[in-house]
Formats: sequence, structure tokens, C-alpha cells
Amino acid sequence: MTTSLQKTPGGASTGEPLLSVRDLTVAFTRRGEPDSVAVDGVSFDVAPGQIVGLVGESGCGKSVTSMAITRLLPARGVRVTGSAMMDGVDLLTLPEAEMRERRGRDLSMVFQDPLSSLNPVIPVGLQVTEVLTRHRGMKKEAARAEAADLLDRVGIPDPRRRLDSYPHQLSGGMRQRALIAIALACRPRLLIADEPTTALDVTIQAQILELLKDMVRDTGAALVMITHDLGVVAGLCETVNVLYGGRIVERAQRHRLFATPRHPYTNGLLGSIPRLDSPAGEDLVAIPGSVADNLPWASACAFAPRCPRAVGVCRTTTPEAETSGGRLLRCHNPVPATAE
Amino acid sequence: MTTLLQRKRKRVDDLAGGRSLTQEALRRLRRDPVALTGAAIVGLFVLVAVFAPLIAPYEATQSFPQLQQDLRPGSIPGPQEGFLLGSDQLGRDFFSRLVLASQQTLLVGVLATLIGLVVGMVIGTLAGAFGGWVDTLLMRVTDVLLAIPSLLLAISVAALFASPSQTSVIIAVSIVGVPIFARLLRGSMLAQRDSDHVVAATALGVRRPAVVLRHMLPNAIGPVVVQATLTLATSILDAAALSFLGLGDADPGRAEWGLMLAQAQALLEVRPALALYPAAAIIVIALGFTLLGESLREALDPKGSR
Ligand SMILES: Nc1ncnc2c1ncn2[C@@H]1O[C@H](COP(=O)(O)OP(=O)(O)O)[C@@H](O)[C@H]1O
Ligand code: SF4
Ligand SMILES: [Mg+2]
Repeated sequence: MTTSLQKTPGGASTGEPLLSVRDLTVAFTRRGEPDSVAVDGVSFDVAPGQIVGLVGESGCGKSVTSMAITRLLPARGVRVTGSAMMDGVDLLTLPEAEMRERRGRDLSMVFQDPLSSLNPVIPVGLQVTEVLTRHRGMKKEAARAEAADLLDRVGIPDPRRRLDSYPHQLSGGMRQRALIAIALACRPRLLIADEPTTALDVTIQAQILELLKDMVRDTGAALVMITHDLGVVAGLCETVNVLYGGRIVERAQRHRLFATPRHPYTNGLLGSIPRLDSPAGEDLVAIPGSVADNLPWASACAFAPRCPRAVGVCRTTTPEAETSGGRLLRCHNPVPATAE
Repeated sequence: MTTLLQRKRKRVDDLAGGRSLTQEALRRLRRDPVALTGAAIVGLFVLVAVFAPLIAPYEATQSFPQLQQDLRPGSIPGPQEGFLLGSDQLGRDFFSRLVLASQQTLLVGVLATLIGLVVGMVIGTLAGAFGGWVDTLLMRVTDVLLAIPSLLLAISVAALFASPSQTSVIIAVSIVGVPIFARLLRGSMLAQRDSDHVVAATALGVRRPAVVLRHMLPNAIGPVVVQATLTLATSILDAAALSFLGLGDADPGRAEWGLMLAQAQALLEVRPALALYPAAAIIVIALGFTLLGESLREALDPKGSR
């Protein structure tokens, strides 16, 4: 447990949130086509040092959410509305030059594919020192020493020599370690990790999760953990946001969410957590259908065509998000709260 | 269980420490017979050009009475003692002129390609890095240039100069390469702009110029290097064609394969060698650069690597 940070036992922060996302909506616009809304009024808070999960199937808008907050979406063909407050400023309206100052320094990202996220023609060490000279104004030699230290801290053996290695000479796990080192090199207060273990071997995944947990604890950074896998969230996050079709459908403390999932989609996801002992390649999707079946949120519950608990009203009326007892729920006919 | 070989290989890999993808591509090239053939031709050509004054027994403009006295309509002295390939139509040593001409070809080819490369890269980088109206404007211009057949373009540009010279040939030939390099680089820069590692660098707050020059350009340049090798071949052909058409260097004494070819045209029946050797030289050297360029392309293609 983090001790240096003020937190109530429930995990909810006293005081100001570090990041406060409100009504984030991202629409992709293409001439001659109706806008396609990828993220639809998403709101959530991240307290300093807190680990928050953002969970949902592929295509539900997790990456777009994170790219919108960090302003990495293409400049054209995208409309972003809402706000993302950090340090009293709205990241979404900050001038690009100021955003560039903050990226890597105040907030950082770790991406899914560690090989393609590293520049293939530059030695790993230079990619670490680049951020150190950029944000911490370090001189070349000092930055190199610090880089070796960082690689050492993320568990890369023989870090001095690894500084001169090219990305393709490292294993997948080592690359992701290096990327974590780079992302945390300037001690940002917020780290967004977008499926950081998805591209890795199962055996490596647990190590990387452990490392991420240790690193954010050591540096005091808050972590937004993006994953399609509730199993990843299980040992990590304090609060979990479940995203479906661009909207948050359920949010609760992790142990409550796992003990008593109320949203039928969360319930379905919990039934499909892959286990280490399940045969490789086995299709674990317990929820029938796909996001292609979604109904428009504007006049229904998007999940209705796939929902085992769907009732008539689900196809005619938008379920509104309701909060009670620290849990947010967007459902007309939730799973009964038996054991709560 | 690891075999001895595997362990040994691992050790070798470890010892290699920092070996870039480019170095691996070069390693592959060294085992490719096509690349080796191309490299051998190009290497030999460069050697001959550099040491031409040492190889050629005489000056290009030097004429010899003993050759001239045998010159008459319908007969040009062939190979004989002291003159390896015989005389040209003016009683000069054909071998010396053939060898010395390689210098012109190398100089014009390399300079024209370099100028085209630099200008094309600046345009391609600007267009690819900034997109928007900069991109639209620059690409319209390159489209127009690309729409004109390359030799026609070179001829038109060369004809703009009041008096043809070596400089006008270089400029005319270099302009042919500009839109090719610009388009190519722009395309690979655009692909880089959306690539994961560029997004990742941006997510770390790396400044824009550094993103463009350090993260995009070096990764986008592979196809351009390949193209430069291929453009050397076409530059040499274009320069020779300009000379052949009388748009080349006005200096009548300077040995140049295209011009030699033009002058030998009327003498094909008298001494075909006068046309044959310069023509063969142009073709073989263009072929050498093409072979090298094509195998470079293959070696640098990421799909080709294991
Ligand atoms: N550049 C884009 N243009 C148009 N649609 C996009 C773009 N990027 C993502 N989308 C759409 O937005 C939705 C959410 O995508 P994403 O956030 O990547 O999902 P995930 O939750 O798997 O990370 C998807 O339906 C996807 O097709
Ligand atoms: S609103 Fe209806 S369709 Fe949607 S999740 Fe709840 S029960 Fe299922
Ligand atoms: Mg994603």
C-alpha cells in the first residue's frame, strides 16, 4: 500500500483528483458519412498515486479515450469535446506547445506493442536519455548514467551494455521494461498504460504487471490501466471502470466489482477471464455476439442485442448512469445485488 | 536443452552488442550474388574513373601524326602497337579517351543524383512532416514534373540554358530526380507519422523537429537510398543522352561517352568499335547501379529479413 499519499481505505481520494475527465466525447468525422462516436460522455477521476482500471472489449473506446486525454489523436477528422483537468488546466484545450512540455514530464504512456513503440534505428539508451535531456535538462553523460540506473531499476540485466542495444536485440519483455523505464524517467504523476501486456507471453505478463505496480508505487505515479482483460485488473486496480460502446457502464471498487458484478456486461466479462491453466488459443469469449450488433445509445442500451437480461425497455430507452453506494451503474435490469 | 551451436550463436549475438538493422542488411547483401555483381561493376567503374589519368596513356585531346596519316574516308586505323584500341576519327588514342570519359560520367552522375536527392528530400520531408496545404502544394508541383517523361524534362531544362555546359547537364539531369525522391520520401514520412514509435515519441513530449529529424527521417530514408542508387543509373543514361543530342558539354575536346557515341554514328560501317565501346560502357555501368539498387531494396525490405 502506498503510504505517502492520502487515501481513504475505500481508495477514494481525499482532496483534489489528479486527473478529472468529464463528458469526454470523441467522434470521428468523415465527409459524406455520419460521425462515428467512439467515446461517448466518459467521466472518471484518478486520485494521486491511485491505480484505476479502464476495461472493455476490443473496440469499446479505451485507446481513443487515452489518446484523447494525451491529445495524440490525429488533428483532423476527429472532434473531441468535454474536459480533462490536470493541475487546474484542461489538457484538451491546452496549446500544443504546452502539451508537449507536459507529455513525458507530467503524464506518460506505455503502449501495447513494445517492439513497434521503440525507434528501430536508435539504440535503447538514446531513447531513454532523450527524455532526460528533454525534460530534466540533463547533460549527455549524466543522462547516460541515469539511463543505466533506470534500466537497472526496471530489471534489465547488464544495463550499461544494454544502452547500446537496438530494440530488435531485446526480448519482448525487456523492451516493455525499457519502455516503462522511459515513460517513468521524468517521474510523471500520471501513467497511462494501454494494454501493456497484451503483446507479451503469458509468463512475462505477470512480471510486467508486477513491475508496473512496483514502479508506480516507487515513483508515486497514478496509473490508468487499460485492458480488455479483467484478469489483469484483478491484482492491480483499486477502482475499475467498465467501458462498453464508448460509455462507462459500471464503475466500482475492484473487490466489490469482482464480488458482485451488477452490470450484465461486467458479469459476462468476469465469466471470460482467461486462466493460466486454460489451453492456449481457446476462445474464452463468454458473451455472445460482437460490438457490431450494438444498438445506438441514443435510443437504447447498446448492449441489448447481446444481453441475457435484456427486457423490452432496453431497446427503447437509454439507461442512464446512476450512482449509489460508490458504484456507478448504467442498466435497466441489473444483476440482483445478492451478496452486497 | 541448448545445443552447443545455439549457445555459440547466442554468444555471438551477445557479443555483437549494438548491431543495427542496417548492419544486418549489409550482412545479407554480402551473400547476394546479384548485389556482388552490381558492386563489382560499380567498384571497377569508380576505380577506373578515379585513376583514369594513370590508366590512360595519353591525353584526351592529344592527336598523333602516325594515326592521322592513315586516316582517310572509309578507314580508321585499328589497334596497333602503342594504341590498344586504335584511333578515333581525329587520330586520337581511342583507349585513352574511353577511359578518361569515365570521369565525366561519374562526376555528372553523382552530382546530378546528389542535387536531386537533397532537393527532393527537403521537399519530401516538408510535405510528409507537415501535411496540410504545404503537402498539397508541393505534391502538385512534383505531380506536374512526374507527368513529363524524364528525358523530355531533362532536354527541356537543358535547352533553357543559352549555351550548353557541364553545369547545365548536371542541373537538367538532377531535376529529373527531384520529384521521384520527393514523392518517395513523402510517402514513407507519412507512414512514419502514424507509426507507433513516432506516436510514442510524441507521447514523451519530444520536440517536433526532433520527432521529424530523429524519429521519422532515419526510418523513412531506406527507400530513398535505394532509389538514389537506381537514379545514378538513369542519371548516367540521361546525361549521355543529352550529350548525344548535342545538349552536353560544348568543349569538343572533352571525352564523354554520349558525345563519342554521337560522333561515331556516321562511322558505324567504318569502325563500329567507336560506337560500340562507349555504348557498352554506358549500359554496363547503368546495369551495375541497377543491380546494386535492386538488391539493396531487397535487403532493406523488412519482409525479407528472416
Ligand atoms: N482513427 C480512427 N478513425 C476512425 N475510427 C476510429 C479510429 N480509431 C479508432 N476508431 C474507432 O473507435 C472505436 C474505439 O477504438 P479503440 O479506442 O481503439 O478501441 P479499444 O477499446 O480496443 O482500444 C473503434 O470502433 C474504432 O473503430
Ligand atoms: S440495460 Fe438492459 S440490455 Fe442493457 S445491460 Fe442492462 S439489462 Fe442488459
Ligand atoms: Mg486499444
